[in-house]
Formats: sequence, structure tokens, C-alpha cells
Amino acid sequence: MRIGKGFAVNGLALAGLGGVVCAAIVATITPSEVEGAAASAERARVAAVTRPTTRFDKPEAFERRPGGAATVFKALNADIFSHASANMAFERELQFKVGNGIFRKVWVSSPASTKSSDGLGPLFNARSCQQCHLKDGRGHVPAKGERAVSMFLRLSVPPRSAAERAAVKTGRLSVIPDPTYGGQLQSFAVRGLRAEGRMVIRYAELPVRLADGTVVKLRAPRYRVAELGYGPMDEEVMLSPRLAPPMIGIGLLEAIAARDILALADPDDRDGDGISGRPNRVWSGAHGKPMLGRFGWKAGQPTVAQQSAGAFLGDIGLATARFPKPAGDCMPAQRSCMAAPHGGAGGNGATGGRIEVPKVMFDLVVFYSRNLGVPARRHLAEPQVLKGKALFYRAGCIGCHRPKFVTRRDGVPPEQSFQLIWPYTDLLLHDMGPGLADGRPEGRASGREWRTAPLWGIGLAKTVNPRASFLHDGRARTLLEAILWHGGEADAAKAKVVGMNSDERAALLAFLRSL
Amino acid sequence: MNGKPTWLGAVALACVLCVGALVPSAAAKTDKRAVLDTYARIAHAGYADSLTSAKTLRAAIAAFLKAPSEAGLKAARQAWIAARVPYMQTEAFRFGNPIVDEWEGKVNAWPLDEGMIDYVAGSYGKTNKDNPYYTANVIANPKVKLGGKVIDATTITKALLAETLHEAGKVEANVATGYHAIEFLLWGQDLNGTGPGAGNRPWTDYSLAKCTNGNCARRAAYLRVATDLLIDDLTWIAAQWAPGGKAREGLLKGDLNKGIATILTGMGSLSYGELAGERMKLGLMLHDPEEEHDCFSDNTHNSHYYDLVGILNVYHGRYTRIDGSKVSGPSLANLVAETAPALHKELAARLEASHAAMLTLKKRAEAGEAYDQMIGPKNKAGNAVVAAAVEALKTQTKSIQKVVGALGLEPIAFEGSDSLDSPEKVFK
Repeated sequence: MRIGKGFAVNGLALAGLGGVVCAAIVATITPSEVEGAAASAERARVAAVTRPTTRFDKPEAFERRPGGAATVFKALNADIFSHASANMAFERELQFKVGNGIFRKVWVSSPASTKSSDGLGPLFNARSCQQCHLKDGRGHVPAKGERAVSMFLRLSVPPRSAAERAAVKTGRLSVIPDPTYGGQLQSFAVRGLRAEGRMVIRYAELPVRLADGTVVKLRAPRYRVAELGYGPMDEEVMLSPRLAPPMIGIGLLEAIAARDILALADPDDRDGDGISGRPNRVWSGAHGKPMLGRFGWKAGQPTVAQQSAGAFLGDIGLATARFPKPAGDCMPAQRSCMAAPHGGAGGNGATGGRIEVPKVMFDLVVFYSRNLGVPARRHLAEPQVLKGKALFYRAGCIGCHRPKFVTRRDGVPPEQSFQLIWPYTDLLLHDMGPGLADGRPEGRASGREWRTAPLWGIGLAKTVNPRASFLHDGRARTLLEAILWHGGEADAAKAKVVGMNSDERAALLAFLRSL
Repeated sequence: MNGKPTWLGAVALACVLCVGALVPSAAAKTDKRAVLDTYARIAHAGYADSLTSAKTLRAAIAAFLKAPSEAGLKAARQAWIAARVPYMQTEAFRFGNPIVDEWEGKVNAWPLDEGMIDYVAGSYGKTNKDNPYYTANVIANPKVKLGGKVIDATTITKALLAETLHEAGKVEANVATGYHAIEFLLWGQDLNGTGPGAGNRPWTDYSLAKCTNGNCARRAAYLRVATDLLIDDLTWIAAQWAPGGKAREGLLKGDLNKGIATILTGMGSLSYGELAGERMKLGLMLHDPEEEHDCFSDNTHNSHYYDLVGILNVYHGRYTRIDGSKVSGPSLANLVAETAPALHKELAARLEASHAAMLTLKKRAEAGEAYDQMIGPKNKAGNAVVAAAVEALKTQTKSIQKVVGALGLEPIAFEGSDSLDSPEKVFK
């Protein structure tokens, strides 16, 4: 019984990471002294363990567990992204399962007999969380003729008034929405209303020749909107395609101390390695100030909770306490949409029906999202994988795809506390060159910058969804295509991959598939 | 996500602390292999009974479709309810037996987005004509567009349902096969919310002469094929548990402690996360009739009740077959009673308490208040009955957790683990 074994091991690992260290400290130092002495000792230990390895003859200690003690050891099938943090206490498992029920829940339009399920739209991209985050993994690009569900277009215009410029400058707003269509294009609407439009993708073939003569054909996308439902968009509208990202490990990313991420930033490239790395700063409604952005393709959201509330609002059209707008992403100019009935009339007490996802449901979804576990690595001791790992490190990929962090000990949930994790991201923004640029700034991210995508679980993307593809808009059908799209700060690393012989390339890809 | 267990892990962690307190007593007389043999025989009998009753269901459906009538539809519904009795008892074999876990989604996936199968009421949230994704309605459309491809559904075949439509587009609510698809075809949508009444599909939905709601021949074909498919799937799983079958062999020829742990994992995961959590607590919290396990037929009380009977079966090593005959043998209960008698008493009593709570729920439903009414927003008494069952399930799971410790089933090392040997080295 594979499951039980995995768990037992993780239990011990947790005790090793947290319990043992903690007990040693408590035995010798009084509580008031713990902060200073222990913190600096711990920082030194963390610095040592998170330093990228220079030895590739065998796997590193704990490398098999990218999510630390939360790592999932389960059968490798389409459900592999759907399991809870393996170190979750028994009492919390019920919350996870109930959260899963809400994540999967199909919302209906108002008014409906089921008050707890209505409130859909009026405009929406999907009817449930799960419809975009397919099997808790990434979305896919619509097939020819298919209406996109797990991918959509973000919309915004440049700040033009003094007030808009000030809002963006202070970080209160990350973008100025299109005056008619809002912050994203919803391709569906409840009955009786028009959808906003249909995203149209056209691909052009773009051949890339590798040093050994192999030609890889990339597909370069172009986006436009057809069947506009509410008149023309703003003349200066900027479109940015976004694929639903995989859900695994996001609670662990949230638990990395901000200072550990900021320490990696090098906005002016003082170390001269050609890689800058800038943090996004985005407004946190809960904290009432700008915070480090971590989630989304441009790190446009600071917390899992705000990211979830944003998705409820924009993607499904559901109001939460954080964004109490039952009309979702409807704009005042969309009068029929603003006037449509909305949900939440029942069971929400003092909120007067403005909230469609009550706090108890919302909190469960956030809990569920934080605890979708990262699968254990496979084949990591095989010589080809180790060779690929060495190539990945030596090509400079780890300049952005940072291998390891240790999460915060305090102020985070127990499943995420003080874990050695291997996300292969620095959560910073990098200029990725003109090929990937969307030309649409978001917060401090420019139109050429993207957040380094975490690579954990990437080798299982197609196990979970055979149609899965890569990068922010899913243009890359394979991991090699994804690498070849890298530009800007990643040019030097990409050039190394282009220069590899076929054995080396195969090893590099074997390493990525083992993540 | 699909419901897969995350249960024994928590047990293992908790029991790092508790095992020292429970000193295993003298060697147990009960042979672990014999316990596993009883377990496998009950599994085989349960799946064989499920198959037999599904064949009875098929016969009732065939008779109804041959000469549609009100009485015929009623008989088919009765046969469906009867078929659920043995099947729900087999749910205790989920969560730990990989063969069952891989297979289960074909026969009992829920909740389902019924608009993919057949017509639904307007209030269901049917969207514009250009939004075909939500209401594919295979019965009405010989050509269905899914994932940008036009699917030829002119002939409704097993392959169409099982391979093309089931979980179409990786959306879990796209359930095209199994008990709940058949349930929807027999009852139709329950449009009564948390008020009284189940689905009320007219028998004429299957009448070629007086066809209501259109496409009666295709609807009949769907029902027939879905039932055949259920029989195929049950035939397969019953064979896995027959002597020489893969599920049975895997258990009996594997590590015995691992096998015993499988029984406990199934009991714990079904009690806690699945039944108490996803199937009961969620619906109670939301007061949402859509979150009712058998939502079209209002048979949820029986589904929950027989899940619990299944848990009792595997603990006590006994099962009453649909023909009244008994399967029994050396049991996990015997093993626990010898190893930790006080704990056996505790668990047995808590299982009985859950049984009593479920029986109260079942009787309340049989007296006229269906499960979806019990979880209604203003039904305090009904809510309390459901909440009591949830609490009882939680309490019994704590005892199951202790049994894992008492039998010394943890910690179990993971093969090929490279870092576990010296976890303390990480932060040297």
C-alpha cells in the first residue's frame, strides 16, 4: 500500500526537520533569547541547505521530496495533483475534502432554488474552479473551433488620467481595466445576456535550428477578439492571454519568507550575470498596503486568498467578502449585465446578499488550494537525470529557476511550516524578451516581464491532462519548445541549450520530466 | 480531484507519539492471512451481489423499455434502489486497494452535470446557444461538439459513453456512466430543492408512441447502454476478487501487515473524509440538495446507511448476501480483541453508535423527510440528525486511528527512500 508508506515516511521527515531541531534549542536557551540566537543559527543552516549543489554524482538529501514533508507519494495517474499535503493532521483532512467539494462545485445562475449554488456570472469564463484547473493541473489551449474555458484574455488600458496614474504608481491598482469590458474577457454569459466575445488564436510556424541541425517548429500565436458583445473595446486596449496554472504547492510558495525572495532580487544586475530579477509589488486588500506579488503569471497577486477571490470574481462572477461585487467583472457600461439578478440572497445575513461565496466556503477553498501537494520526484538517481540536472545548473537555468527554499517556521499553517522545498522558481520578474512579451504591464511587471514559473510537477503535466501545454498561454507543446521560447535575460541559458548535442538535450529533458 | 485517501498518513504521524503507550499484548491467535482471506471473500461476495442485482436492474429496464408504462418505470426504479444495497457496502473496499481505486470512478462518479446527458430545466443554468459546453445533451444531439471536435453520437455505444464522454475535457462533473447516470435517466432532475419530492421523469420519456421531451428512442438507447456498461464493469471487478483474481492475490500474497493496514485505511477514509466530509458535511454546511449523493432518486439515506454497514462488515468479518446467506470468518475485530481488548470494545461501540445514528437518519427518510429536506436551511431537527451522524463517524475514525497504532502497523518505510535514514543530517 503505497499511500500508507509515503505518509509514514513523511511523518518522520517532519519530526526530523521541525521537532528535533526545536527540542535542542529549547533545552539550552530561555524563550526570550530564542529569537536572536536561534534565528541566526537557523538562518545559517537554511543558507547552507538551500545553496545550489555543485555535485551531480548522486541525488541530494531530501531531493525526492520537492514539497518537503507535504510531498505526495501516490499512484502516478491523472489524480496525482489532487492529493492533500501528506503531513496534514487527521482533523484537517475533512476540511480538505469539503474544500474539494466546493472547488468542484458547479455554480448556477440566479435566481435558482439552490441559494448556496447560485450567483454564477452574469459574465463568466467557467462554472467551477475545477473547469479551469483541470484535475487541479493546468488548463489547455482551445482546439480549433472550441470556445476557450481554461484560458482567457486579460484586458487593460494604459493609465491616462492623473488619478489613474497615481493609483498605479502607489500600487493601489495593478492595471486600469478596459472601460467597457473590464479586466478580462468573459466568453460566456448567463441566459439572456451576451457573452463578451470569443478569443481567436492564430498560430504561425516559427522554425528554430539547433546547433546539431535539428529543427524545432515553434508556434507563434496572435490573439484577437471576435463577436464583441458590447461594442468596441478601447482603442488602446492591451490583451494578455493567460492559461489556468497548476494548483500544486502554492501554499508552500506562500510560506516562503518575503525577505528570502527579495534577497534574490538584483534589479540593476549588479552581479553582472545578465539576470536582474525584480519583485512585483501589488496591493493587498487584507493588509491595506502593497505586498510582494507571488501568484499568477506576472506575480500579480500577493496571497492565495486574494488570488482565489480574484478568480471567483473574474472567472466565475462570484462575490466574496474581499471583492463584494455580485456582478463580477461587469462594467457600468454593460447595463444589462449590471441589472441581471445575482445570488447570495440566502444565508449570508448582514451582507445583504452581496456576497455569493460566504466566508466559510471561501476559507475552505483557500485551505484546499494551499494544500494540494507536490508529487515526489521519480528517477532522480538515474545517470541520465543526474547528467541533465548538471546541465540545467551549468547552463544557468537556476539563475531564475531557483532550486530550493526553506519555508517560514512561524505565521504559516502547520503543513507548510519550515519545510525544505524545491520549487525551481525565484518568484521574481524577468525580462523574457520580445518573443514572449505581451506588452501589457501589471503592477511593476513590464510588458516583457514574467514571473519565473515553478517547475515542480512539470514532468507530470500531461499525466494529469494530456492536452496540457506550457508557458503563460500554452503555446509550447513540449518542454523543449518552452525552453526555446525563452529570451531576454534567459538568452544566454537558452543559447547553451541550442548548442547541446542530442544526448545532452535528452538528458536535460529527462531531468525536467523527473520534476 | 477524485476522492483518494489521505488518511493513514495522518495516522502514522499521530501514532509516532501514541505507540509507546500501547504495549502490544501476547501474540494474537488470529491469523492475519485468515483475516485477509475473509475480507477478500466478502469483497468477492459483495461485488458478485452487486453484479447480480445490476442484472436484475437490466431485466427491469429491458421490460420497461419493451412496453413503457408508469408501472414499468416504477419497477425499474425499485430495481435500481435494490442494486445500491450491495454496491454501497462494497465502498469499504475503496481507499487502499489500488485496483478498486482506479476502477471506482466508472461506476459511482458524482456529482454529475446532467446537462451533458439529457434535457434539463431552464433554471439549471442553461446558457446561450453558442455555449454548447454546458449542455451538450447527447440524447438530443447525434453530433456533439466537445473539445472543439465534433463527436459522432449517432449510435450510442459503450465506447462513446465510457471513452469519449466520461470525464470529457477532463472535467470531473462530466459523468456519462455508472449508477448515477442511470439514476438520472430513471428519475430525471429533482427540481424540488430542499422541499419534498424526488426527480419526476415521466414514463413517456421512453415511449415511442407518446414520446415526451423528444428523442425517446435515443434516451432508451442511452439507458440500455449505460446499464450494459455497468454490468461489464461489475463483472470485471468481481473477477478481480474471485479466487486467483488480481485484487485478492495482491492482498493475500503481499505483506500481511500491509493488507491489514489496507482494511483500516479503507474504513478510516470512507468514514471520515469521504462520507462525513464530502458527502455529508459539505451539503449540510451549504444546505445544498445538489450535494446529495443520490440526488435524483432521494435514496441518499440508504447510500449512507449501507456505506456504514460495509464498514461494520469488514471490521467484524461478516456479510449478509442478498439471498440471505452469510459470509464470515476470522476478522479484524478478532485480531484487535486479542491485541488490545479495551480498544476493540471502544471501536465496536463507536461503530454501533454510528450505526444507530445512520439508522435514525434512514428511518427519518423512510418516514417521509428525504435527505435533501433534512439538510435544508431551516430544518433544525433534520440538520441535527445529519450532524449527529457526522459526529459519530468522526468519533469512530479516532478509534480506527488508535487501532493502527495498537497493531503496530506503523511506521512503514518507503522503498528506495534515500533521505529518510538520516533526516537530521539535512540541517547539519
